[in-house]
Amino acid sequence: MRNESLKDIAIKELLLQLADDDFIHSYRGAEWLGLAPHIEEDVASASISQDTMGHAAIYYKLLDELGEGDADKLAHDRPAKERRNAIILELVNGPGYYMKDPEYDWAFAVVRNYFYTQAKAIKVQSLHSCSYAPLAEVAQKVQMELYYHLMHWKTWFVQLLGSGHLEAVSRMKAAIGKTMPDFAGVFSLGQYGEEMVELGLIEGEADLQKKWIEAITPIFESVGLATTIEIGMARGDGRNGQHTEDLEKALETLSEVYATDKAASW
Amino acid sequence: MSTIQLNTEEIYKLLEDVKDPEIDTVSILDLGMVEDVTISGKDVSVKMLPTFLGCPALSIIQKNVETALRQLPAVKNVNVEFLRSPSWTSDRITEKGKAGLKVFGISPPPRQMKSDGSWHVDCPYCESTYVTMENIFGPTACRSILYCKACKNPFEAMKPMIKII
Repeated sequence: MRNESLKDIAIKELLLQLADDDFIHSYRGAEWLGLAPHIEEDVASASISQDTMGHAAIYYKLLDELGEGDADKLAHDRPAKERRNAIILELVNGPGYYMKDPEYDWAFAVVRNYFYTQAKAIKVQSLHSCSYAPLAEVAQKVQMELYYHLMHWKTWFVQLLGSGHLEAVSRMKAAIGKTMPDFAGVFSLGQYGEEMVELGLIEGEADLQKKWIEAITPIFESVGLATTIEIGMARGDGRNGQHTEDLEKALETLSEVYATDKAASW
Repeated sequence: MSTIQLNTEEIYKLLEDVKDPEIDTVSILDLGMVEDVTISGKDVSVKMLPTFLGCPALSIIQKNVETALRQLPAVKNVNVEFLRSPSWTSDRITEKGKAGLKVFGISPPPRQMKSDGSWHVDCPYCESTYVTMENIFGPTACRSILYCKACKNPFEAMKPMIKII
C-alpha cells in the first residue's frame, strides 16, 4: 500500500469523480449523434459532448500529474467497480442499440442534461475557491464553456414543458420522475467527502444540493411545475463503486478499440 | 563562425505563419493563443492557451508550431505547452485577427454580452445587422451558426468567451 496522505487521497477522489462524471455523460451524449431530433441539435449536442469530453480529459490529466497513469488508461482501462461517476449519468438513453433500433428517450436526455449541467455549474463555481490550485484554475475555463451548455439545455427543458403539447409535457414529467430518485448521486462526494470539505477542496454535499434546488426552482415554476424537488440515491452511490449493468456495457463498447491495442498511439 | 543568437522577434515572426488549421486567414498569434515565448540557448519554449478544452485542433497546432520553429537552423528543441491559466477569452483576438476572421466569412466575437447574456454580431459579408441565430453551436466548439436576412447568406460567428464571475 502506498503511503499517501489523506489530502492526496481526497484530491484524487474528487478529480476521479469529476472526470468520470463528465466522461460517461459525454459518452451518453455522443450516442445521440445522428439520432437527435433535428440537424441543428445534432450539431449542438455533439459539440457539447466534445467540450465535455475535453473537461473529462483535463481532469484525467491532473490525475496523471499526480501519478495516477495517463488519461487514456484512466478513461479506458478501469473496470466499472473502480469508476466514481454518479449512477444517473450511466443509465442508457433508452432501449435498443445505437446501430439497431435505438428507442432513445429525448425527454430523458433533456432532463438529465439540464439537471446535470446545472449541478456541474454549481460544483465548478465552488471549485473556483478550491485549495488545490490546479483544479481552481481548470474550473475557470470549464465554467466559461459550461455557460453555453446550460443555456442550451435550459432552453430545451423550458420549451418542451412550456409547449402545452400533451405528449411533450407527459414525457418530460415522466423523465423528471425517472431522474429524481437517483440524482442525489451527482452531489455525493463519496467516502472522503468530509475530508474534501475540511481541506477546502469543495463545498459540502448539502450546500451544493441546496444551491442546485435554488437554481432550478424558478425554472420549474416558470413552466407551472409544482413538483417538490426531492432527490435520492435509489440505486446506490456511484462514488463508492456501486454501478449498474448499463455502465459495464458502455465501458465494454467504448473501450473496444483501445482494448485491441493498448500501446497504440492516438 | 560565431554562434547565431536566437531572438524572440524572429520566433514571433514565424508564429505569424502558423494558422488556425481550419481558418487559414488567422494565425495563432491573431487569436491570442500565444501567452509567452522564452529562449534558452538553442531551445525555444512556447506557452499557449487552448481556446476550448476539448478542441481537437490543439495537437495539430502544437505540431505546426514545432515544425515552423524548427525551420530556423539555430533552433534545436521546441517545447510547446498548453497552460491551464490564464483562461483564453475571446477579447484576446487582435484587430488583425478580427479582420482575418471576416475575410473567412466568420464574424468576430463581440467584446461583451448584454446584461441578459445575449450578444449581437453583424453579417461578415454585407455588414447588415438584420441577422438571426440559427444555432449557438457550430462546426467547431468556438463557432455559432447565423443567417443574414439581408443578403440571404448563412454565416458563422466566433462565440464570445468572457470570464464569468
